[in-house]
Amino acid sequence: MLNFVLRRILLAIPTLIFISLVIFLLLEASPGDPLGDVPLTVPPEVREKMREALGLGQEWYIRYFLWLKQFFWVEPLHWFDQIFGTSFSQGMQRIISFQTRSPAFDVIAQRLPQTLTVVGMSYVIGVMIALPIGIISAYRQYSWFDQIGTFISMVGFSLPTFFTGVVLIIVFGIKLQWFPSIYDTTHRVTDWDSFVVQVRQMVMPVTVLALYNAAQISRFMRASMLDNLRQDYVRTARAKGLSEKVVVLKHVLRNSLIPVVTVIALGLPTVFGGAIITEQVFKVNGLGQLLILAINSNDIPMVMTLTFIFAILIVTFTLIADLLYGFLDPRIRYD
Amino acid sequence: MRMKRLMLGAAALSVMAPAAMAERGTDGQLNIIYWQAPSTLNPYLSAGTKDTESASMVLEPLAGFDTAGNVIPKLAAEVPSRENGGIAEDLKSITWKLKPDLKWSDGSPVTSADVKFTADYCMNPDGGCAQLARYEGVEKIETPDDLTITIHFKEPRPNPFTAFTGSQSPVLQKAQFEACTGAAASTCTEQNFGPIGTGPWVVKEFRTNDVVTFEANPNYRDPAKPAFATAMIKGGGDAAAAARSVLETGEFDYAWNTQVAPDVLAQMKSAGKGETLAAFGTLVERLELNMTDGSSDQPEGERSTAKHPNPILSDERVRRALSMAIDRGMLNEIGYGEAGKPTCNLVPAPEAFASDNTGCLAQDVEGAKALLDEAGWVVGGDGIREKDGRRLKLVYQSPINPIRQDFQALIKQWWQDIGVETELKTIDASVFFGGDAGSPDTFQHFYADVEMYANNFDGTDPEPYLAQRVCAKMPSPETQWQGENINRFCDPEYDKLVAELGKTAEQPARGDIAKRLNDMLTKDSMSILPLIARGRFSAKSVTLGGVDMGAWDSELANTADWFRIK
Repeated sequence: MLNFVLRRILLAIPTLIFISLVIFLLLEASPGDPLGDVPLTVPPEVREKMREALGLGQEWYIRYFLWLKQFFWVEPLHWFDQIFGTSFSQGMQRIISFQTRSPAFDVIAQRLPQTLTVVGMSYVIGVMIALPIGIISAYRQYSWFDQIGTFISMVGFSLPTFFTGVVLIIVFGIKLQWFPSIYDTTHRVTDWDSFVVQVRQMVMPVTVLALYNAAQISRFMRASMLDNLRQDYVRTARAKGLSEKVVVLKHVLRNSLIPVVTVIALGLPTVFGGAIITEQVFKVNGLGQLLILAINSNDIPMVMTLTFIFAILIVTFTLIADLLYGFLDPRIRYD
Repeated sequence: MRMKRLMLGAAALSVMAPAAMAERGTDGQLNIIYWQAPSTLNPYLSAGTKDTESASMVLEPLAGFDTAGNVIPKLAAEVPSRENGGIAEDLKSITWKLKPDLKWSDGSPVTSADVKFTADYCMNPDGGCAQLARYEGVEKIETPDDLTITIHFKEPRPNPFTAFTGSQSPVLQKAQFEACTGAAASTCTEQNFGPIGTGPWVVKEFRTNDVVTFEANPNYRDPAKPAFATAMIKGGGDAAAAARSVLETGEFDYAWNTQVAPDVLAQMKSAGKGETLAAFGTLVERLELNMTDGSSDQPEGERSTAKHPNPILSDERVRRALSMAIDRGMLNEIGYGEAGKPTCNLVPAPEAFASDNTGCLAQDVEGAKALLDEAGWVVGGDGIREKDGRRLKLVYQSPINPIRQDFQALIKQWWQDIGVETELKTIDASVFFGGDAGSPDTFQHFYADVEMYANNFDGTDPEPYLAQRVCAKMPSPETQWQGENINRFCDPEYDKLVAELGKTAEQPARGDIAKRLNDMLTKDSMSILPLIARGRFSAKSVTLGGVDMGAWDSELANTADWFRIK
C-alpha cells in the first residue's frame, strides 16, 4: 500500500512539471496581451515601460523557470516565514499577478472562502439529494418516483447553469424580490439575523449548482444500485430471510457505493476550481471568477498558478479515489 | 424589503432631526456597482478607468475638472493662471499653492513634499508608471515652502494642466509610499490596496477584483461631508446586471457604465427605481480609412506602409462616397441610444475645440453613387463597381463587441447599395488593442482597408491627440509597429499646423487651430469617418442626490457631495 502511494507520488512529480510547461507554452502561444486593457490614451512609450516593469521583456524560458522557482521555493518559504515568524524569504519576489500587482497566492487565499461556501455547499447538498433519489429510483425502477427523478436529472443535466441562474434571478430576484441578485462577499455571519441574510444570498447560486451536481450523481447511484440488485448475493440474502431494509441498505447500498464514492472524490477538485459561470452570474467572485478575469486580461502568472493548483488537486484526488477503492473493496489490492 | 426598512429608518431619522441639515455620516451606506471590478487603488499602476475612478474616492489631485471641462481646485487653494501669476510668462513653469491646514486621513499634514514625491514616484524609470505621460516634459519640481510647488517644464507648455490635474494623477502620501519607488512599486500590495488619501473616504477593506469598502474620512476638510457613513464599490457581473441592480431591484445606488441595448434599458427604467445619466466627452467611434495598401498582395514588411498607397481609398471621392452612404443617426439609435450622439468630428468636445461640422449627418445614397461614377468606378454585372479590372472591394475589421458587429453589418449593407463589396473581419479586442508587434491583427498593423474602434483623449486639451496624425507617427516595421497615426494620413500642411498649435498659448487661437486640424482629418480629407460620439452612461437610484456626472473627471470624484434624498 505504502509502496503504491510512494510510487504514485513520485510519478506525479514529472507529470505535474510537464503540465506546468504545457500550460505556460499554451499561454505564451495564445494571442493577446497583458496590456491590452490599458486605454489608448496611454502612449506607446509608457506602455513599453509598463511591459518591462511586468518582466515581460525577458525570454519565455527565463520567465518559466522564474515562475517554477517562485512556486516551489519562494512561496513555500514565505508561508514558512508567516507561520514561524522567520525571514528566509526576505527580498524574494513572490508570484505577482499582472492585473492587480499583488501576490497571486494572497488573492487566491482571499477568494477561497467564497468558493468553498457556495460551491462546496452546493456539492454537499447535491450529494445529499442525489444518493436517496438514486437509491429509491433503482429500488422502484420505472415507478412514478423513478420517472420524475429521471426527468429532473435530465433537466439538471441538459439545462446550462447560465440559463437556470438567470431564470432564477429574474423570477426570485427581480419579480418576487425574495433573494438578492448580487452576492455580498463582505457579509459576515455574527448572529442569527446575519446568518439568515447569508442563507438568503446563498439560496439561488447553491440551488443552481446543486441541481447540476445532483443530476449527475443520482444517475450514477441509480445505475450502480440496479447493477447490484440483480446480483446473486441479493437473492441469497433475501432467501436467508433478511428484511428488505437490511438487504437494500446494508448489502446492496454498500456495494453500490464503491463506484459512486470514486465519482464523488473525482468531482471534488471542481469545487476548488469554482463554478466559473455560476459565480459570474451571481457575482460570487470566487476562484472561478478570478480565473476567467485573469484569462481575459492575459494575466499569465495568475492563470498559471490557478490552473497548476487545479492540476495538483486533480492528481491528488485521483490518487485518493484509487486508494478509497481499495479501502472500500477488499478484493482490490495494490501490491 | 430591506430597502423598505432602510427607507423607513431614514424617514424616522429625518422626523427626529429636521434641523440637522447636512452632517457627516448620517445617511448610512452608499452602494456603488462597477461591473468591471477595481484591481488596485493606485492609479499610477493601472490606467484602467475602474481603478482610477475607484481610487478617486480616496486620493485627490491638486485640481480636477468640472462638468463643463473647466479646471477647478481640489487640494490647491486656487487654479494657477497667468493673471494670478501661477503660470509663468514664458509658459515654462507653473506654481501651485496648497490649501492651508490640509490633513491626510491619518491626521498628518499634507505638504509640498508629498506632491514632489508623487512626481518622483511616477517618473522613476523602473516603476512602470501608467500615468507617465502626464509628467512628460517635467524638468524639475521645486518646493520653496510647505505649501508651494513649482513645476518647471523643459519646453514652454501651453496646457500645463496634466500633472496633478484630474483623477489620473492624484497626490500620494510620501510617508506611506517612500519604500515603494521603482521596481519595488508592485511589491507594496498593502499600500497599493489601501492608499492613505485626502478624499472623503478611507479604505476599510480592499478585495482585488471583487469589492472595496470605505468609511468616511474623519479628517476630511469639509466637516459636514460626506453625508454617507460608509460606502462600497462592488464589482463583477456585466453591464445589464449592474443596470438592473439600480433600476429594477434597487439593491445599489449607483451603477457605472450601464451600456445595454436601448430597448432593454427602457424596460428596466419602467420599474421607476432609478434614472440614467449621460455625459459626453471625447470618445468617438470612428472608421479609419487606410491610406496605404494593407492587402496581402504586398510583401510582408511593406503591407500598410507608405511605400504602397491604397489602390482604392487614395481617391478622396471614394472616401467621401463611403461616408455619404452611412446613416449615422440610425447607427446611434440601434447601438447607443441615449448614450451616444451622431458626430462628424474627431474632437467632439470641449466646446472651445469642437468644429461646427455636421455635413456628414444626412445620408445621401444617390450623391454617393454619383461620386463613385465620377471617380470612374462603374457598376459591374453583379452590382459591384469596377475600374481598370479591379473590383471595389474593401476589408473592414473591428474588435469583437456586439454593437460593433451590428454596425459592421449595417454599414456593409449601405456600402453594398452603392456598389461596394465589403469583407468583414472581427478580431478579439485584447489582440486588436494588444499592440503585439508579432501579431498581424493589431489595429496598428491595419492589414485591412477600413477599421472601426473608439478612442479619446485625456483631459480637455486635444493638442497631443491631434498631433498623433503627423506623418512621422505612422506605425511601420521600422518602429516595431508603434505609432498613433493609425490610418497613415500624411499631409505636410497638417504637420505645419500641429507645430503652430504647439507654439500658441492664447485660448481662442488654440481652439481655431484645433478645429482646422479636426476638419482636415474629417470633412476635408475624409480620411477618418467619425460615426458616434459616445458618452459616459451610468445609472443612479432616485433616492441618491448630489450626483453631478461630467465627462472630464472621475464619476466618483464628487462623492463627498452625494446624499440620500429623504
